[in-house]
Amino acid sequence: MTDLQVVTLVSVGAHPTSGRPRRAEQDARAVELGLRLAGERLQVLHAGDPQQEALRAYLGMGLEQIKILEQPAHSDALPVLAEYLADSSAQLVLTGSQAETGEGSGMLPYLLAEQLGWPLVVGLAAVEQVSNGVAQVLQALPRGQRRRLQVRLPFVASVDNAAPTARQSAFGPARRGLLTGEEVELVADPLFASAQLQPAKPRPKRLKVIKAKTGAERMKAATAKASGGGGQVLKDVSPQAGAEAIFKLLLEEGVLR
Amino acid sequence: MSDLIRRDPRAEWIARNRLHPLHAAAQPAVASWLSAAGVLRKNPHAVGFIGPNGLKRIDRSGAQQGGTAKRSTASAVVQLPLRAIEQPAFYIAVVPDMVGGRLSAHDKDLLGLAHKLAGSDGAVVAVIFGEHKESAFDSNGVDRLLQFDGEGFDGYAPEARVLALGAVERQLSPRHWLLPDSRSGGGELGRRLAAKLGERPATRVWQVADGMASGRAGAGREDLVQQAPRLILAAVECAEPVSETRHEVRPLALSEALVSHLPRIQDLGAVAVDPAQIPMAEAEFILSGGNGVKDWTLFHQAAAALGATEGASRVAVDDGFMGRERQVGASGIWVTARVYVAVGISGAIQHLQGIGACDKVVAINLDPTCDMIKRADLSVIGESAAILQALIERVAAHRQGAERDAA
Repeated sequence: MTDLQVVTLVSVGAHPTSGRPRRAEQDARAVELGLRLAGERLQVLHAGDPQQEALRAYLGMGLEQIKILEQPAHSDALPVLAEYLADSSAQLVLTGSQAETGEGSGMLPYLLAEQLGWPLVVGLAAVEQVSNGVAQVLQALPRGQRRRLQVRLPFVASVDNAAPTARQSAFGPARRGLLTGEEVELVADPLFASAQLQPAKPRPKRLKVIKAKTGAERMKAATAKASGGGGQVLKDVSPQAGAEAIFKLLLEEGVLR
Repeated sequence: MSDLIRRDPRAEWIARNRLHPLHAAAQPAVASWLSAAGVLRKNPHAVGFIGPNGLKRIDRSGAQQGGTAKRSTASAVVQLPLRAIEQPAFYIAVVPDMVGGRLSAHDKDLLGLAHKLAGSDGAVVAVIFGEHKESAFDSNGVDRLLQFDGEGFDGYAPEARVLALGAVERQLSPRHWLLPDSRSGGGELGRRLAAKLGERPATRVWQVADGMASGRAGAGREDLVQQAPRLILAAVECAEPVSETRHEVRPLALSEALVSHLPRIQDLGAVAVDPAQIPMAEAEFILSGGNGVKDWTLFHQAAAALGATEGASRVAVDDGFMGRERQVGASGIWVTARVYVAVGISGAIQHLQGIGACDKVVAINLDPTCDMIKRADLSVIGESAAILQALIERVAAHRQGAERDAA
């Protein structure tokens, strides 16, 4: 697996409470996964401001340099990244699943895969093996489940919180690492001409609306215990018959694997 | 009590015989009448009934209990008004997640949002893949149902699904596409569709009002407010679910055949995950034990045989049979399992609160009157050890049968 060409795309995150720039949580996981797969030959790519100090937190994970496609804020990162990746020899492109600043729609890996014409794996948890240009990977599903997929190289993969936890960032390597910028053509993002960002409003808690006509019905609804009511009760049956009924329900629900 | 109406000859005889000592009592008590002078007269003694503790009770809800009006007919299920749309001006396409083959709460919210966008002359199309077990499409606001069947959509087949949705786009060209922005498939499918159609979606939308969609942006510290685009990926509780109308659920079919394609991603199936490693709060299938479990080794065996994550009630944890991190309930973990099997748990209110989000609850208990039985969808009354043993054997037989089929 050591000859796999891995490129990880990173962004600048924001601390959830203070909003201060930091390394993005999921992008750091993508870097961690890339380091495990490719070791020192991992390429890390960022589109944005080369002076951003928060990027050094990625360097502190043991990278020698981060390649930066220079762009001001609110410009479209997609065309420059697609162009760069199409010209590179990358076989696996890792991204986080959504950015922590800006729009954060999570569309970038999808659009990138569409533009490059590569398959996309969502929620990559691990790469098990790569042979003959085909990778066998584990995909993370909700509820802690995993699914094994086979996908041919090259492909784009996004990671979420099921990927391995990112290692700590060390101060020395973070200072020594290089942020090398590259001039690229600027493309403006049309979104912010029509849309605006506002501080998030807390969402109101959904009220339990009771559509009762009379006071007695409202009283009944307010004091009702949580109950399904229409449950099936098997009484005076043999344990085998009871177990059979439970087994049928489990099978119907598809929880028996 | 039986609902059969029976004649009571003795009561009829008493009613005819004015000299009978019970005659006065057998007369139906009239609470109010119009007197000869045209004045409304009322008899307050005839109102109400004698309650179980011997006191007179007056029920002003209209549904008089007890007393003379004992004979009640079974209350008819209220039929919601049908909202039929013959010639829809436009379509709103919804692709629900259908986790476990049923509409989830998220899907229902999404259908509510679709009806908000459809107004009075649009129709809501639900596009679903594969088999379903849902019986309440009509009361959740599905006007048209477009179902894709076939082997190509089984398992993980996002590319085939996006192709099918592309065909829907060409035929119906819906005014809006609505998908749940969830981890159980909708978020991924919606974004793939957006990339395919070249539409810029609004994601994590929590409100659509006056043509403006508000969605969370970034890491949730900001809101992005924009004109509602064609493709909306909506968060949970984006709108109230449909509750006051019934809908046709008319089946819809595509006129063009789907082109076959070679999938670039091949699904090799689910991987066995150690159920003990799955965090309880998000485990899908939980076997939970309480005070009624006497044989804990057997309980652990059963959990291993079923492949279920283990849980426990507070009593079992206090008694030291399970760790504190396994406690389900108000002071433990609030679980969201799809199937929750409660063995020997009578159902304290704190425990029932903790399993409030579970879909299917199975109870195994000795006491047929306990609260857990009232909550459960399936209850088996009996000794838990015998039933667990039988269940282990049944599952083992099933697994062996599957192996024999595969061989």
